Amino acid sequence: MNPVFAAGGPVIPTFGGNPASFACERANRLFCANWVSQNWSSVLWPALRQHVVLTLIAVSIGFLISTTLALIAYRRRWLERPVIIVTSIMYTIPSLALFELLVPVKGLGLSRTTVEVALVSYTLLIMFRNTLTGLREVPADVRDAASGMGMGPMRSLLRVELPLALPAIIAGVRIATVTVISLATVAAYIDNEGLGAPIFAAISNEGFKTELITAGALAVGLALVADALLVLLQRLLTPWARRR
Amino acid sequence: MNPLIAGDVFTQAFQFIGRNGQIPGDPPLPSLVHYTVETLKIAGIGVGLSILIALPIGIWLGHIHKGSFVAINLGNIARALPSLAILAFGVAILGIGLANVELALIVLAVPPVITNAYAAIDGVDRDIVDAARGMGLSEWQILRDVEFPLGIPLIFAGIRTAALFVVSTTTIAALTGYSGSLGEIISNEASYHESGVLGAAICIAALALLVEAVLATVQRMLTPRGVRLEDVKEGRDEVSLAPLVTNTQ
Repeated sequence: MNPVFAAGGPVIPTFGGNPASFACERANRLFCANWVSQNWSSVLWPALRQHVVLTLIAVSIGFLISTTLALIAYRRRWLERPVIIVTSIMYTIPSLALFELLVPVKGLGLSRTTVEVALVSYTLLIMFRNTLTGLREVPADVRDAASGMGMGPMRSLLRVELPLALPAIIAGVRIATVTVISLATVAAYIDNEGLGAPIFAAISNEGFKTELITAGALAVGLALVADALLVLLQRLLTPWARRR
Repeated sequence: MNPLIAGDVFTQAFQFIGRNGQIPGDPPLPSLVHYTVETLKIAGIGVGLSILIALPIGIWLGHIHKGSFVAINLGNIARALPSLAILAFGVAILGIGLANVELALIVLAVPPVITNAYAAIDGVDRDIVDAARGMGLSEWQILRDVEFPLGIPLIFAGIRTAALFVVSTTTIAALTGYSGSLGEIISNEASYHESGVLGAAICIAALALLVEAVLATVQRMLTPRGVRLEDVKEGRDEVSLAPLVTNTQ
């Protein structure tokens, strides 16, 4: 056995080669830049990419489902209550519990599908509520003006009501996106991918600090960047709202 | 048997719950009741400390109508903090233990309480406050007798959000090595098997829904009758939705 290990330091088994070149890792200092640069392309970058893919899939599917439900509930008010109740329950169940509740369902198991089903279910309440509120807050005068100009209900919805609801809709997408980025880290416990994977690897590796901090910082950074990009998207899509 | 779900596992999971978390033939394990109480204790400390830190700051900022940028953006940034990442930072800096878990809980729970308390107090109708001031109420009386009661629904919405984060994060803490909460059962499939893990997941889900239901009831009871009238008409979802929409601005 390597004498450095015998000295009682954390066992970091993945570093072969010359002991001196991994002094920082073996001492488990707070941050070893060397480890990050050596494991960027093999560990961190793939995890980051998987995290982005997991998030994009969940938010896209969640957006389609919740927007459809919101548009129906906008016309048929009775739908609002049941949708809110069901999605609130889904939203309230802690992520770890929801993942484990889905695992025994046939066809899901420990897979990416299980993860995506859970992630999508967390987006529904947020985006449904925001889209519906955005549509409802369109002033009645504006709707009247649209129909006075000869627009039918469909054209009024597409040309007037939806654009006016856009800030609220995108606000919903923003919250849903950062929520999914956050929960997708826990998802690595079910399906070993995304930025949770290096965090769990580091914890089972006697709490390897550099990996904990780097993967954690990438998750936080990803959420902040995604949030900023969606703000930018909102500015681009609603140029009329910029003058305030 | 339900064709969609492996029914056996669910039956066994409920039997596991019925046996209070024991496995027949195995040496006694900490009971489900014990883990549930521990989970509530850890979560309660986290929420309590967060309220102590955040509520005075949020209410004070709202009362003087300053710091909207900080209060609102704090909420946005905090939402972007993955709980597992915060726990990971805690493990790296403080090591595994209750301190690291409570730190993560506070980091996650303080921002929604500040943001909502700020929005609640800042959003109280200025005319009402001016009327109170005109009647000769002191600033402290205005805060205590006018702004705070009117702000309760929104303040409490923030506390509920925080409590939800905290319960969820308490269970996740088990995956980072802290073995006090119900999540410990999920992280220890070797001892508890699939049915135990599922049983614990059912307990966690039920616990979170129960906490949410209790807080919703407390919120209703704390809300002054005058404010409640409007609340009933609009539905409570509108109340908790308000901060979500304001965050776009």
